[in-house]
This record gives sequence, structure tokens and C-alpha cells, in this order.
Amino acid sequence: MYRYDQFDQRLVDERVAQFREQVARRLAGELSEDEFKPLRLMNGVYLQLHAYMLRVSIPYGLLSSKQMRMLAHIARTYDRDYGHFTTRQNVQFNWPKLEDLPDILADLASVEMHAIQTSGNSFRNTTADQYAGVAADEVEDSRVYAEIIRQWSTLHPEFSFLPRKFKIAVTASPRDRTAVWFHDIGVIMRRNENGEAGFEILAGGGQGRTPMIGKTVGKFVPKKHLLSYLEAIMRVYNMLGRRDNLFKARIKILVHETGIDEFRRLVDEEWERIKDGYLDLPQAEIDRITAHFRPPAYEKLPHVPPEFERKRNEDKDFDHWVTVNTAAHKRPGYAIVNLSLKPVGVPPGDMTSAQMDAVADLADRYSFGEMRVTHEQNLTFADVRKTDLYALWRELTKLNLATANVGLMGDIICCPGLDYCALANARSIPVAQRISRRFQDLKRQHDIGPLRLKMSGCINACGHHHVGHIGILGVDRKGEEYYQITLGGSADENASIGDILGPAFPSDKVVDAVETLVDTYIDIRTNGETFLETYRRVGKEPFKERLYAAA
Amino acid sequence: MPLLKGGEIVADPWVAVADDADIPADAPAIVSQERWLARSKELAGRNAPIGVRLRSHQSPETIADDLHRLSLVALEFPHFKDGRAYSYARLLRERYGFEGEIRAVGNVLRDQHLFMIRCGFDAFEVRDGEKPSEWRKHAQAFSVFYQPATDRRPTALELRHPKAAE
Amino acid sequence: MTLHIITGNRLTDGVVVFLANDGGWTESLTGSRVIDGDDELAQMKALADAAAKAAIVVEPYPIDVTRDGGDIRPVRYRERIRAYGPSIHPDFAKQAGMPVAGG
Repeated sequence: MYRYDQFDQRLVDERVAQFREQVARRLAGELSEDEFKPLRLMNGVYLQLHAYMLRVSIPYGLLSSKQMRMLAHIARTYDRDYGHFTTRQNVQFNWPKLEDLPDILADLASVEMHAIQTSGNSFRNTTADQYAGVAADEVEDSRVYAEIIRQWSTLHPEFSFLPRKFKIAVTASPRDRTAVWFHDIGVIMRRNENGEAGFEILAGGGQGRTPMIGKTVGKFVPKKHLLSYLEAIMRVYNMLGRRDNLFKARIKILVHETGIDEFRRLVDEEWERIKDGYLDLPQAEIDRITAHFRPPAYEKLPHVPPEFERKRNEDKDFDHWVTVNTAAHKRPGYAIVNLSLKPVGVPPGDMTSAQMDAVADLADRYSFGEMRVTHEQNLTFADVRKTDLYALWRELTKLNLATANVGLMGDIICCPGLDYCALANARSIPVAQRISRRFQDLKRQHDIGPLRLKMSGCINACGHHHVGHIGILGVDRKGEEYYQITLGGSADENASIGDILGPAFPSDKVVDAVETLVDTYIDIRTNGETFLETYRRVGKEPFKERLYAAA
Repeated sequence: MPLLKGGEIVADPWVAVADDADIPADAPAIVSQERWLARSKELAGRNAPIGVRLRSHQSPETIADDLHRLSLVALEFPHFKDGRAYSYARLLRERYGFEGEIRAVGNVLRDQHLFMIRCGFDAFEVRDGEKPSEWRKHAQAFSVFYQPATDRRPTALELRHPKAAE
Repeated sequence: MTLHIITGNRLTDGVVVFLANDGGWTESLTGSRVIDGDDELAQMKALADAAAKAAIVVEPYPIDVTRDGGDIRPVRYRERIRAYGPSIHPDFAKQAGMPVAGG
């Protein structure tokens, strides 16, 4: 993974010093909350319902075991012993004290981490494929370019006061695991007819109040032009993005209101003036960063180790976990392992400090000391020898991180909701937990098949409900918590926004509603269709009918 | 309002002139973009320097043609969150080659000082009571820069890969 | 007649606090000053704003409450969650003996 050089380290150290000074001024009353708020947001510090919240950046979701141990230390020392992994591959701590935050950031800096720009109206974490480097279908390792974008976008003097937040995702596989079509800028690595690798650049995707699928701005941008092209898009957005209305300030509104052809023309016009200049990316820097993502010291292993096969036959639970929670690795004898952070009864995406420490140790033993946070709030060990899977599974089971539900109904994506978040209209986690409990039978989940259920506690859609196969949005109706259901959303390369089914359900009816929808699918499906395939075949009417007839 | 320039509070020779007021004949005067566009020939013929104040929705492209006649452009921050002027300053310097004073006016706060410098601002209208030493301190808060900007400070990338000596 | 209390987050640690009878700030709901009437509300708001300026609390605001026997109960469920604690973490309950908002 990328390791800081003297420049990277000095920047985060200087940032910690700057923030320490800003906190001191705030505590002394020299800065009002109005003046301090954008400064603390630029360091990922929110003020939520119960306390401050710190959102720590995990660049493209990649963590070393050393960094995971530091997160455990922070949870234990400064917080309430747990952290929450988010849909943007970051981690959140819900109870830090303002007066401790400079020390927390200093601790993070000591392991090459920071909380820079995880909030505020600038660039947020650039996310990437959690299977980068190990997926057989990738063009190249997307993390190299995610790192390049991370540096270029950090403390950019021209773009630190954008109309609104700005999210970039990078993917390099035809199968998209990053929701790239739903980002302000999406970067898709592709090969042109000459076999050269370059980027299709999308703009104007997003969720929130007005979900939109991104549109292609640059069809094929060569590597060396990546940053100049992005800078051209950003300059157009910074100058023309709406600033009159908070809810119309994202780039998706600008692209929509301008029209993609005119938007592209504006970008290209700006780009013509700045390309082939000092923003050109030198091959030497691409090489330098690529070297940090060299494949680890893989062994030569048989594709299917006999011991591993034997264990699968012997132990049905192990076999089931392998089927559901592991994925194919491009090297023979290795597997990708997904750790489910969605056991029944736990808020989705939460980990205790004890689990963090244990997982760090497991990463050292079984996956070259690294792991990835996924945008579906799970963890991935990318490089596990198949011969180690059984031992790893036993350890993960003890830690309650081996529930065989990844990609299934129990693998719910859920924002913190009104239990924590000052922006929320309704609670989300208790509903997610009740759904999880209703569907806890793993055989049943397996039979239902792939089903992404995503929940948000408000229209900001941090739970990505618009792209859930089943999406649930918490709303406030006359002081009561109600839940609106959408169907048919998808965050992969066949991007779609979920359709609203009908009136919202009260809290005590929503779990039954979800079950009715699932039962409807089971009744209608043919030929091994997934939930999404059935929905796309029959549309919302059969589901709507059943759902509201039962009501 | 106090003017911070070159790291110090300095006397401000410029006079900001409202649209309905007469422009003083011998003093450097800042007028609105609208007034400049309506009367540029006449105003450019003055003995004293002329400057234009752009509001945050007024891009420097609108005054690009006659920029060489101006000695100052004031870029407004109606609220510090309105970051359009950062782009405007860069365009003035890098696209249009403007070498006069670029002054930040409006809601101009210390914690944006370094960003502004990097984008080409060289003068800052600050609130009463601001201490220049604090502003200078903020301007030195960082010694590492990831991305090239108007000030052309060497970036981390450039320092990592020094070009071979000529 | 709607009753009010004033609430905010303590600056140093973000903890939810309520304006108390002695003009200070307390974490206890039962210790909060119950406000009855517009005049008193205006006065207490001014007090709270002064505390914000003095860097004691952040963004204080009034909330509607009812009196339930000896207990003070916020009306909106959002404010109940804020006062009592996250409903999914009964171990983080903030008000001794008070129910966490229903699960």
C-alpha cells in the first residue's frame, strides 16, 4: 500500500498543528461557532445529536494492520470502545471530545492517517474497488489513480470552497463495485482500441434529494491528462455551480440544468487551455506510486488445495461461509475473504476495539497485513491462502465476523440515522436490526439469493437507499417515524435508481412490508432469477399490488 | 477597512466609488464592473489608476478585453464559503496575465489566507483588529503543496522528481 | 401552555446539556429549568446565547417539554433520543432511571 514519504508526513503533521491552534482559539472563545464550523468540518469533525463525531479518512478503504490497531486505540482511549465503517470507506467515532481531537489527529498522523476533508464543501475521500489488485477483470490497479487523485485534491487552494461536497470514485473493472455511476466524478479505467489504458470520466452522478446517474464527459482521457481534465471539470463547477440553494448545489444539478453536451463543451474548452502544462502527470510519479502497490510475495499454490476441499465437505457451515463470503482471487490458491460486519443484533458496520485489534492480528497472519473497507460497510481481506481459510473462518466466527450473509438480505447497508445523526428524520438502525432478525435464518437468506437492502434515515441518503434492490427511507410524518420503500435500485455497472412503491409504512409495519416484498419475489421468480432480475422483468406493479393489498 | 499587503497593514490609496458617486479625479479609484463596462474608454483615459470590483457572480472573462488598463481587481467574497473568487484570481493571473493588485474583499478570514495567496491574491481587506502577525503565521502553516497553483511553489510531485540539471 | 427548556451541546466535549435553574448547564433533564411563558423564554434564550458567546455551549435552542409527574419529557422524539441516548445502545443511556426511546 502507499507509504508516506517526507512530504506526505509533513503535510499531515502541519495540518494537526494548524487544527490544534484552531481548537485552542475556539475553546478560548476567539472563534465563534460560525467561524469554526467550516474549519472543523475540513477536519471531519461534526457536531451530532449526542456529541462530536470524527470521520477519519481511509483512502480508498485501504488499511494496514498497524492503522487498524490505532483505530482500536482511539476507540478505547478517546471514545466508547467502538467505531463505525461508512458507505464511503471511512470510519466514524461518535463520542470524541473537542479538546481531545488534536491529540486524536496526532495519533492518526503517527500511522499515516488523517481526517482532512472528510466533511465540508470540498473533495471527500476518493473511493475505489475493494477488490483492486486482486480482481481478475481489472484493467490496472485503480488504487494507484485513487492515490494520485487523493494528493491532487488535498488542500487544493482553488477548490476548498466549492458549492457543495465533492465525491470521486475510481474503478478499473467492468463489474463495478464502487457505485461509480453515482459519484460527482466517476473515473472508469478502460483500454482503447490500441490497448492503451486510460479513463472514461463521468460527472453528475449522485444520490441525496435528487438521485441521478452520472454522464460521460470524457470518453477516453489518457493517463497523463487525468489531473488536467479533472481540474477543468472542477473549475467549471466552482464557477458555475449553483450557490443560491443548498439543495441544488451539487454538480449533478449543474450537469442536468446545463445539459451534458454543453457541459462537456465547457469542460473541453477549459481543458484545451490547461492541458499539456504543469498538470500533466509524469510517468515517473505514476511509476513511483505503482511501486507501492506491487503485488505481495505470493506463493505458488495449487488452485484447489485438497485439504481445503476436504474441510468444505466435512463442515457444512464452513462450506456455506466459503460460498457466500469469499470471492475468486486472480492467483491460484488464493481467495478474497469478506468479513461481515452485519451479525444479527449489531448496528451494521460497527466494530468494537477488541474486534479491531483481533482483525489486525488476523490480517498480519493471513493477508499480508492489509485489509479494505467496502462501501457496503464490510471488510475485505484480499489475499488469503485457501489453505488458511478454515483456520481464519474459525477465528472470525469467534469474533462474530463470519456471518455468512455478505451480499444477502442480512448484509444491510444502513446509515447511523436519528439515533446519532443531527440531520436524520427517523431512526434507521433499529429497523435494520429488526429486518436482520426476521431474516436471520441463513438457509432462507441463501435461498432468497443476492439482495442489497439499503437504509437511510433521511433524504441525504448516506445509506444509499436509492441504489438498494430494496431501499428504505426514514421520514418524519407528523412527528412519527415512517418508512418509504423503493425497489429496483442498483449501484453496479447496470446503474438504476429505485422506484418509490407507494405510501410509507409506520415503524411497526415496515418489517412485514419487506417480508411481503421478498415473498412476492419468491412466488414470481423463474429460472433462478435474482430479486433484481425478477423486478426488472415484471416491474413494480406485482410488488405494489401485494404490498398494499396486505396493508 | 484595514488593508493587509505584504504581510503588514498598510495605508490604502484606493478609493471605492459607488455607482452613483463622482469618481475623484486624482485618486486611484475602484468602480463596479457595470460602471467599468459602460465607461471603460473614458475611465481608462484618467490620470489616476483605475480598478474594478467583481462580485462573486461576475467572472473576469467579462473584463478580460481591457484588463491591461486596470491596475487593480477586487474580488468579492460575499461569504467566505463562496469560493468562486479563487478561480477568478487564478484566471486573472494565469489566463489573462494580470500583474496588478488582486484584492480580496468582503468576508475575508485569516484561515483562507494561504489558499488566497496560492491563487494569486496579493492584498486583503480584513476586519478591524486583525493582527498581521497572525495572518503571516497562517500563511506559513504549510510547507508542502500537492498541486500546482498560481504561486508556482514547487509541489511535492516536482520535488520528488527533480528535472535533470540543464 | 407549552413548557420549554433550553438545550445545547457543551463546547469542550459535545455532551448534551440543559440550562439549569442556577443559570449553569446540567446533563440532567430533571435539573433543567422549566420555562413557562414568552417573557421567560426570551430571557432564557438571551442567557443561553451569552453562554454560547462565552464559549461554554454550542448553538443552544429551546425545545418543547411536558411535565410527567416529577419528570420532564421532551415532546419531539428527536429531542427524546438526544436527551435519553441512542435507542440502540441502552448502555449509553444518559438519564438515570429514564426510558431510552422505544426500540
